[in-house]
Amino acid sequence: MLVWGGDAEGGAPFVEADPADPSQVRGFDVEVAARIARGLGGRTARFVQVQWSNIDQSVERGDFTLGLSGVEDTPARRTRHAVTLPYFEFREVLAVRPEDAGRIHGLADLRGRRVATLGATIAYDLLVAARDSTGLIPISYDDDVHPYGDLAQGRVDAVLLDHIIAQRALRRRGGSGFVILAPPVSIGHYVGVLARANSALRDSVDAVLREAMRDGTLEQIFRRWGVWDESQGSLFDRVVRSTAAAAPAGTAAGSQAPAYLPSLARAAVVTALISVLSMVLAVIVALALASGRVYGPLWLRVATTVYVEVIRGTPLLLQLFVIYYGLAGVVRLPAFLAAVLALGLNYGAYEAEIYRGALEAVPRMQLEAARTLGFSEWQILRLVRGPQALRFALAPMTNDFVALLKDSALVSVITVVELTKQTAIYATNVGSWVVPGALCALVYLAMSLPLARLARRLERRWRPA
Amino acid sequence: MNALLVIDRLCVRYDSRDVLRLLSLEVARGEIVALMGPSGVGKSTALRAVAALQAFDDGQIVVDGFALAPGPVPPESRLVPLRRQVGLVFQAHALFEHLTALDNVTLALRHVLGRSRSEAEAVATELLASLDIGTRADAWPGQLSGGEAQRVAIARALAPDPHLLLMDEPTAALDPARRSALGATLRRLSEQGRGLLIATHDTEFARAHADRVVSLTV
Repeated sequence: MLVWGGDAEGGAPFVEADPADPSQVRGFDVEVAARIARGLGGRTARFVQVQWSNIDQSVERGDFTLGLSGVEDTPARRTRHAVTLPYFEFREVLAVRPEDAGRIHGLADLRGRRVATLGATIAYDLLVAARDSTGLIPISYDDDVHPYGDLAQGRVDAVLLDHIIAQRALRRRGGSGFVILAPPVSIGHYVGVLARANSALRDSVDAVLREAMRDGTLEQIFRRWGVWDESQGSLFDRVVRSTAAAAPAGTAAGSQAPAYLPSLARAAVVTALISVLSMVLAVIVALALASGRVYGPLWLRVATTVYVEVIRGTPLLLQLFVIYYGLAGVVRLPAFLAAVLALGLNYGAYEAEIYRGALEAVPRMQLEAARTLGFSEWQILRLVRGPQALRFALAPMTNDFVALLKDSALVSVITVVELTKQTAIYATNVGSWVVPGALCALVYLAMSLPLARLARRLERRWRPA
Repeated sequence: MNALLVIDRLCVRYDSRDVLRLLSLEVARGEIVALMGPSGVGKSTALRAVAALQAFDDGQIVVDGFALAPGPVPPESRLVPLRRQVGLVFQAHALFEHLTALDNVTLALRHVLGRSRSEAEAVATELLASLDIGTRADAWPGQLSGGEAQRVAIARALAPDPHLLLMDEPTAALDPARRSALGATLRRLSEQGRGLLIATHDTEFARAHADRVVSLTV
């Protein structure tokens, strides 16, 4: 049995759940895996689902023997893992809106424009390199479907991805919404990846791949899935003739830690900015909700209670998707704004409960004493109830702000590259989570510890001596 | 009779149980009236009804010409004349925990009567001094003894200069010496022309310091 890992979320024609039997997968990578298994002494192939960006880490952990799912051939991957021969040649192609096709011919024409791609890919490295040379703005996605939707809707100005993915996206959109520029930005290859210690098995897999190129089975697979073209023929010729592995293509970025520090710092600023803005929004929303729940008429109390319970009872992740993608037909929010909105509205519900509890914790008799002195309800809130409630609320609020700081990592699903996302990109590129993880943790702690300290100090100062 | 407060056949019911039934009493200017009776007989309820913190079911309350009718407590905006006339000292004092003794007294002066901070502080300092607690002006409520907190609460209630002062069980936390000092203070306040209605179950105190005693029975 050959256990192999891939990402069915990547979809056809690589690996997708079989519509006829969703417990099975199909796709050209599925058939390549089966062909390899058969060549290794008539074994059968068993599929393991893994998130695409984690294939390298999982294969080293031993979750499966062979990773195969549009895995790109990069120098970094070759130095850290046992990588097979290239079995497919792809072109990195640019997709742009039809009206831009006359003006945009390559990355050089995209200065100041937003260019989307899948994170942790050769295409992303190409864009990052182009950011410095041409001044375009790379936008990293977690999947390869939404970039094209956002291109058609005008959220980004171009998408750089593998031609198979671009053509699939165009077919799905019925051939409209964007065009694919013919000249490729770059050429790359798909390979299989094995654990570094597994180089002997890798050599056997290479032998099977050469055999499959010679006997035409690989060509049949690619033809069946409509991805065969003449460049595959010349790739096969080169591979079969050479005994050594073909030179990897692509321009993988450097993988030294110092090179990542500026982008980590930028991402930390994004995290801090999103957290602070969301918290400000959350406090405003919560003040409105809590006053509605404590002071409002019945209908308002019911409405605010429903809001609080719905928001607290559903995942923040879902709320992010709904606000960013779900509302796209009505209002096309920029990712950063959508992130702040989702976090602020979500945390507003939690803060509202804290404020309500704090308001209700102020002894009723003090409020009555204030009434007998002639204060209006608003003055009682402002002068007596509010200031005392604020003290009760301070500690739980700080806790929530620290939690928000960490929850802000979720907004990477709507293309905001914040600290955790940047760390994941860094970790994927250097092939280890140890240094990036430690750095990332340090930055989060550097932001959250002073907060807790500040809250303690405020509490101490406000407490009567 | 020139009554400051008239309570006429006051009735309060909770869940169809009579808490107060047909209470009638009057308090004149310069008079100290003790409202007596065992715990749970409705003394506090009567004070709360006069201070418009509590609805009543039947009867009438008139404070210096301002009448309260049965039914829900009117909104604060309609109670402004009453609020000026009636001060209430709670048994538990209910001082504002986030303010010093001085600021407990100045708060209404500044924000209800619109006095400047310095004016308000001058009035409050004098009030606290007259109640023999001037040295504790900067203390927080949590630092005050029961007797001290009570005198701050009296100063706070007196700050807007009400004609009628209501007190709920003022002797509950006082030793005998402080009790007679309180009696002297109340007498001084009545001599300024204020009417005082004191809810208490302390017979001795009522006899010694009240002009009149109204007894409630269960």
